[in-house]
Amino acid sequence: MRDLDKKALKAKEKKATLGQDIDLDSFKVGYVHHEYVEDLTTLSDSDKARMILAGVDAEEKERSGTYIQKDTEVVHVGSTQEGVEVIPIKQALREDKWIRDYYWTLASVDTDKYTARARLDLHNGYVIRALPGSKVIYPVQACLYLEKDGLSQHVHNIIIAEEGSELHIITGCATASHVQRGVHIGVSEFFVKRNAKLSFTMIHHWAEEMMVRPRSVGVVEEGGLFLNNYICMRPVKSLQMYPTTYLSGRGAVARFYSLLVGNHGSEMDVGGRIFLKEEDTRAEIVSRAITNGGNIIARGDLIGEVPGIKAHLECRGLILNGGSIHAIPELNGRADGVEMSHEAAVGKIAQEEILYLMSRGMSEDEAVSTIVRGFLSVDIPGLPPQLKAEIDRAVEQSDKDML
Amino acid sequence: MLVIEDLQVKLGDKEVLRHIDLEIKPGETHVLFGPNGSGKTSLLMTIMGYPQYEVTEGKITFNGQDITSLPVNERARLGIGISYQRPPTINGVKTSQIVGICAKGDVDTKAMAAKVNFSEFLARDINDGFSGGEIKRSELLQLMAQDPQLLLFDEPESGVDLENMVLIGSTISELLQRDFKMNDGKTQKERRTSRTKMGLIITHTGFILDYVTADKGQVLYNGALTCTTNPREIFKCISQVGYEECVRCAI
Repeated sequence: MRDLDKKALKAKEKKATLGQDIDLDSFKVGYVHHEYVEDLTTLSDSDKARMILAGVDAEEKERSGTYIQKDTEVVHVGSTQEGVEVIPIKQALREDKWIRDYYWTLASVDTDKYTARARLDLHNGYVIRALPGSKVIYPVQACLYLEKDGLSQHVHNIIIAEEGSELHIITGCATASHVQRGVHIGVSEFFVKRNAKLSFTMIHHWAEEMMVRPRSVGVVEEGGLFLNNYICMRPVKSLQMYPTTYLSGRGAVARFYSLLVGNHGSEMDVGGRIFLKEEDTRAEIVSRAITNGGNIIARGDLIGEVPGIKAHLECRGLILNGGSIHAIPELNGRADGVEMSHEAAVGKIAQEEILYLMSRGMSEDEAVSTIVRGFLSVDIPGLPPQLKAEIDRAVEQSDKDML
Repeated sequence: MLVIEDLQVKLGDKEVLRHIDLEIKPGETHVLFGPNGSGKTSLLMTIMGYPQYEVTEGKITFNGQDITSLPVNERARLGIGISYQRPPTINGVKTSQIVGICAKGDVDTKAMAAKVNFSEFLARDINDGFSGGEIKRSELLQLMAQDPQLLLFDEPESGVDLENMVLIGSTISELLQRDFKMNDGKTQKERRTSRTKMGLIITHTGFILDYVTADKGQVLYNGALTCTTNPREIFKCISQVGYEECVRCAI
């Protein structure tokens, strides 16, 4: 741990390679106390409403576990199904030796000043683990909530799907309705072990002056499946993330889906990078971006290192009302016999499609809204219905706000 | 009733329709012949209200109402429907959803789709990777759901194989109340005289006449209607002497 600190200290001022540089010192640090909440239904209505938008159900219906952190404090944690553990990371670091086998083993603490900060001033974060062979039917929900205006929040999450297990997680990040400004730094490390299946759906619901820097790395072992969905349709000042996944075992599969809506004043630089390191591995990155005046960079990088891999990248953007979309799809084949492809398209809604729907009786506004919703509705195989419903709800909500 | 009077239309800088007069009475179906580029599709799109087709002269009246400057959706609401030749794909919008839109929600989509052998396509994105015959069946399914008074068909037989042609032909007949149902308690004469649906069918090849009866044939040549008579006669004439003859008639 001392080594980690040393490295982190060295990287304290290290700028990230992508995204606008954030002056972390201009944000508040330090501990913010919140009472532990036994019964989530006692949360204030406005908190509940904000959390629902990020996919968190206060009644914990059809959920197998919950982790809620407000600012720096864990306010609720627990699992309701055998075979799944939900533990605050600080507690795990104190009590569970095994966590050291995971903590900062995929992500590098000296990547940039944000990773360094997450080590040097760790507030908390969750460890979610599905035990070997356990099938967790309902998703685990996690919420990182920002209530103190101007705070810089630093979390570290570790997600482990042990051999043969199945785990679904929905994680929402949101700000209280009065919060305007803040920083969220979130380090996440994903471990999908042999023949395990992990779906991770992240819904972000930020405020207009929020700076957001997630830092994620994952590894998928033989026969494992990692589904990673990211949804951000609300205003955010600056968001930059480039999660990386290594497919390190034969037959491992990773699929990244992202839905982005960039509103006026938002800068989003979002991508995914997948290394295909073993035979028969498969990767897919699908992104849909809409701008309403914001600037979006949609990246995707697939690296095929051995023969017999298959990878596809699909990136579509719609410019509805000013702003820009910069699609940067990259394919990097490093061996004979890789099969890699990409398609990218950026444009506006085709007039022909609008008129087609109008000729079936829809008004122009209804037609546009139907097309936009269709554009954002990506079929994600393997996603449980509860999570599909959450994504649909997020799309519907953004649709209401957009038009 | 559809009444088109002295209609002149521009597409961009190009004059595509010249002095069109056309009247379709309730219960009537007309067939529109014409070589490629003669303006057949332009006429349908203008009736439907596509904004790029600019009406410079004349007017279109539908059931007594001047619709010349109404937007597309208003015309749809008044009871005009169209089966496109090459409709656009809309990603993420399911065929079943469109059928619902056409019917304004009030429809047994599955049962209706079964009638045009289209059940397995309901969950697919509209027109995404559809073959020629599939596009037509999808378009007809939408018209069935919409149930308009005036039905416009843009080359319903193009790209359709023989097997599908029978289904498509009989569906169009039914939509235009021109099928010969035996068990609804009416004589065929009564059925014929109580027809209300109006149809305008574009055909390049004329094959549709093997499946759908029609009252009148029209030839559109170089943006102008050059002759109106029995559709079979026009078809036979064109088959034997070609559209070149229309040049002489157009002068």
